[in-house]
Amino acid sequence: MQKTTGTIFAAPMLMMMLLFFLAPLGVLAVFSVLGPDGEVSLANYRTFLADDFAVGVLFDTILLGAKVVATVTLLGLPIALLYWHSGPGLRGLILIATLLPMLTSNVVRTFAWIVILGRNGPISQSLVELGLSSRPISLLFTETGLVMALTQIELPLLVLPLIAVLSQADRRLIDASEVLGAGRWRSFLTVLLPMLTPAIFAGWVLVFASATTSYVTQSVIGGARLIYMPRFVYREVGILFQWPMAAAISFLLLISTGIVMLGLTMLARHRRLAAYA
Amino acid sequence: MRDIQEKISNASYWIFVVGLGGFAVFYMIAPISIAILMSFTDGATLRFPPEGYSLRWYEALLDSARSEPIHTAAMNSLSIAGLTTLGALMVAVPAAFGMARLGQRTATTLEPILLAPLVLPSLVYSLAALLVISNLGSGPSYGYVVAGHIVVFAPLMYRTSLAVAQQVDPSQEEASTTLGASRLRTFLRVTLPALMPGALAGGFLVFMQSMDNVSVTLFLADPKTTVLPLRMFAMIEESLDPRVAAISGLLITATIVLLIIVQRLIPFVRGRRT
Repeated sequence: MQKTTGTIFAAPMLMMMLLFFLAPLGVLAVFSVLGPDGEVSLANYRTFLADDFAVGVLFDTILLGAKVVATVTLLGLPIALLYWHSGPGLRGLILIATLLPMLTSNVVRTFAWIVILGRNGPISQSLVELGLSSRPISLLFTETGLVMALTQIELPLLVLPLIAVLSQADRRLIDASEVLGAGRWRSFLTVLLPMLTPAIFAGWVLVFASATTSYVTQSVIGGARLIYMPRFVYREVGILFQWPMAAAISFLLLISTGIVMLGLTMLARHRRLAAYA
Repeated sequence: MRDIQEKISNASYWIFVVGLGGFAVFYMIAPISIAILMSFTDGATLRFPPEGYSLRWYEALLDSARSEPIHTAAMNSLSIAGLTTLGALMVAVPAAFGMARLGQRTATTLEPILLAPLVLPSLVYSLAALLVISNLGSGPSYGYVVAGHIVVFAPLMYRTSLAVAQQVDPSQEEASTTLGASRLRTFLRVTLPALMPGALAGGFLVFMQSMDNVSVTLFLADPKTTVLPLRMFAMIEESLDPRVAAISGLLITATIVLLIIVQRLIPFVRGRRT
């Protein structure tokens, strides 16, 4: 009885996802292996992989994702620890400081970074004032600037899962490890980090997926010269109408990010790692 | 000696946590503050800090003669986000309710189908959707944008609703039916109110995400269906129009207001259950 009710209620959304989400992706997969005369061939993939520029774009995109994951982790872990050591009031503030940017429009955040990274922005001005640069510099249209912006934009995606774990964690655990004589770093590495590991991997998946596909931020902050996969795909379809090629490119994007994410997800579910949680 | 070593080690830990952590919190929030300050600039460039403050860009933005395309785009975005939220509500809340009642094994097998859009890049999906649409002899349109948004964002609603649905106690429903309420009445008066907090939180997330979406709209919208984020994107690329700062100011304010309302409402809605 329970089960039939369950199936009836879940059926519409299941059907919707199968028909309108997974089926189109299947069609895309079929299209990507169609040759010019409608025969099945891997020509599109071969063309892509033989094209140094295209392969470079794919490689740059994955590298960009990796760089953002690294910087997000470097800043996200201390935020989580700060949260862990704070009282209720400060914890609330950290939560708001995480939620607000996360819920703020991506375009708005990207716009803010144009102001920050530009020639007349705060970074350029402070560099000049500190005497580190003789003239105003712009970090717009550089990969450094893009990584800085994406780090801020994706940080909440890692911080939120981390503080979700910590808000339910038992403070006595780490107290115990300190009473037993472990230093701060040691308690962090042996008690907190194992507890956080699944959430870190889960956050990495979100950050990587979001950073590699953030069309607006990549286009605006990266500019015309730095091209990543989303813009590359859009150019193939929107401007060149190269359907089979675009299908192949986007499938490679899907597969390559998919492999990275699957790897991370499996790590997160790994029995020994998850056992700590 | 060992004592000093430990002191240094602990000090470095606190520098890492308080120093870098404090900086990181500042790093997350500073751009939002900068966007708000920028929206009150007196000048025509995006120099920061602004040399003078005024409401001129808000006035320019609200002037329907000068900013008509922005108004059209904003209205489109609002209606798309509204319809998307409604659509997601209609498929995802029942789905969460149903999945919470299925056996553990069935649920874990079926769940990835429902959550797939959360992990697969929506840019690739919208390309696939456009491919299917054009092969069916149709073209981009307002309706397809809404449909695409529902498919891509319904999982958000599903996830928040599932968390709540799993905590709904079936014995409460049994109590209601035992006491003579019809199944429909039980559903409307017991089950549905219990699901409300999840639906509300999900609705908020879906609405915000839909308002902000570019990747789906980019492929599925016809030229007439301009939306706010793409309009802002174009304004940024063309001329760095300071009106973008004013739009940003309004969007951030709206986000804060909605966040407060939802936070206030969730305990209130939850309170009705007990």
